[in-house]
Amino acid sequence: MSVGTWEALSLILRRELLLSFRRPDQLLQPLVFFLIVTTLFPLSLSPQLALLREMAPGVLWVAALLASLLSLDGLFRSDADDGTLEQLALSGQALSAIVIAKTVAHWLVTGAALVVMSPLVATALGMPVAAFAPMMLSLALGTLTLSWLGAIGAGLTVGLRRGNVLLSLIVLPLAMPLLIFGANATDRAIAGASPAGALYFLGALCVFTSTLAPLAATAALRISLE
Amino acid sequence: MWTWFYRLASPPFVYRVAARLTPWLLLFAAAMIVYGLIAGLVFAPPDYQQGDAFRIIYVHAPSAWLSLFAYMTMAVAGGIALIWRIKMGYAVAAAAAPIGASFTILALVTGSLWGKPMWGTYWAWDPRLTSELILLFLYFGVMSLRAAFEDAGRGDRAAALLALVGVVNVPIIHFSVQWWNSLHQGATVAKFAKPDMPGSMLWPLLAMLCGFMLFFGAVLCMRLRGEVLNRERLASWVRGAVKA
Repeated sequence: MSVGTWEALSLILRRELLLSFRRPDQLLQPLVFFLIVTTLFPLSLSPQLALLREMAPGVLWVAALLASLLSLDGLFRSDADDGTLEQLALSGQALSAIVIAKTVAHWLVTGAALVVMSPLVATALGMPVAAFAPMMLSLALGTLTLSWLGAIGAGLTVGLRRGNVLLSLIVLPLAMPLLIFGANATDRAIAGASPAGALYFLGALCVFTSTLAPLAATAALRISLE
Repeated sequence: MWTWFYRLASPPFVYRVAARLTPWLLLFAAAMIVYGLIAGLVFAPPDYQQGDAFRIIYVHAPSAWLSLFAYMTMAVAGGIALIWRIKMGYAVAAAAAPIGASFTILALVTGSLWGKPMWGTYWAWDPRLTSELILLFLYFGVMSLRAAFEDAGRGDRAAALLALVGVVNVPIIHFSVQWWNSLHQGATVAKFAKPDMPGSMLWPLLAMLCGFMLFFGAVLCMRLRGEVLNRERLASWVRGAVKA
């Protein structure tokens, strides 16, 4: 029985999503982490809404990056540990299809979930409602880009026993442009200016990584699987 | 015609060539740097705006340039090694990484010493400075990724791939001054345009640049010999080379 690449991709995607929803605690961990980190800022800096509103873009973005990064370490790990990943690699399907499916699944359960939850946090930080839509769009583009970058890092570190800190060390420098443009878009939206420029940049980064990062991540995974 | 290229894959050949090149590179580097320092620090006129403080350019600009050049050396050597499976490429990449990181630190430190009298601050969150700092983090990432693997071969390949991915940062650093409003001044010496500097200031700078490149080559050869010996420590030719 031969399975086409698209079919394999959707099968793996379905499997990943099913596995995530069977373990709801792991699904919720990044979201709870996101909430807790954003709570730390009003407690440690100042509970004044005017001040919080100024810091809100940075706080939201840093928290989203860290929450998304936290779960990236497990992107290939559990499948690599029990041998599933090697079976998938030997299945005759393109390894890049597997990488794409797993990364998209990762984004759906962390990045997209963070986007859906972000208005809640934004309200707590005193952000105006008018800024919600650009903020959510910037977070959606940014977390997807981060998932792609993280797939490269996760592919490189999957063979290491303690790759978590190293993963952050690898991915965060590459993710810094994201943070700059993402926070800038949100900042401009709060100030009532047009966030279009920064959003276009984020979109460009997202397209750039969506096309090239699967290749790099596949090569990284090949190195780790050898 | 391509035999010399294949010979570069042979560790004893690389070891011998590196050993033979080192003194010459050092000699020319020293000559260039001595000329550049004397001409730049003593004979070049003070800048009409920055006074004598501009003279740090003779260390700062070459080290900033070298921080990118060493990165490209590391990435290209790693790429060659990945594509053509030439193991010596990994040795070159491994030898270049710490040197490049040192040049990056030097560029950051001299830049902040320059920034204090010029901008009134040691550090500003400016695109040029921030992207140079990211370059330093990339170097750290590549070096620690290589060190994290118990199997040296896999560490080499992983580090080479990461270095290639990080190449996207190089144009960002290079063009950051033009793309964003930056505190950092624009390029003084461009390849195809007339430089914005009189010759008495320019020649020492170019000499320092060449001197730094040659110095990088010399240190790379020295480190490369160490890398080759370490990687080939079980090979029989190493015993002969070390005894000699």
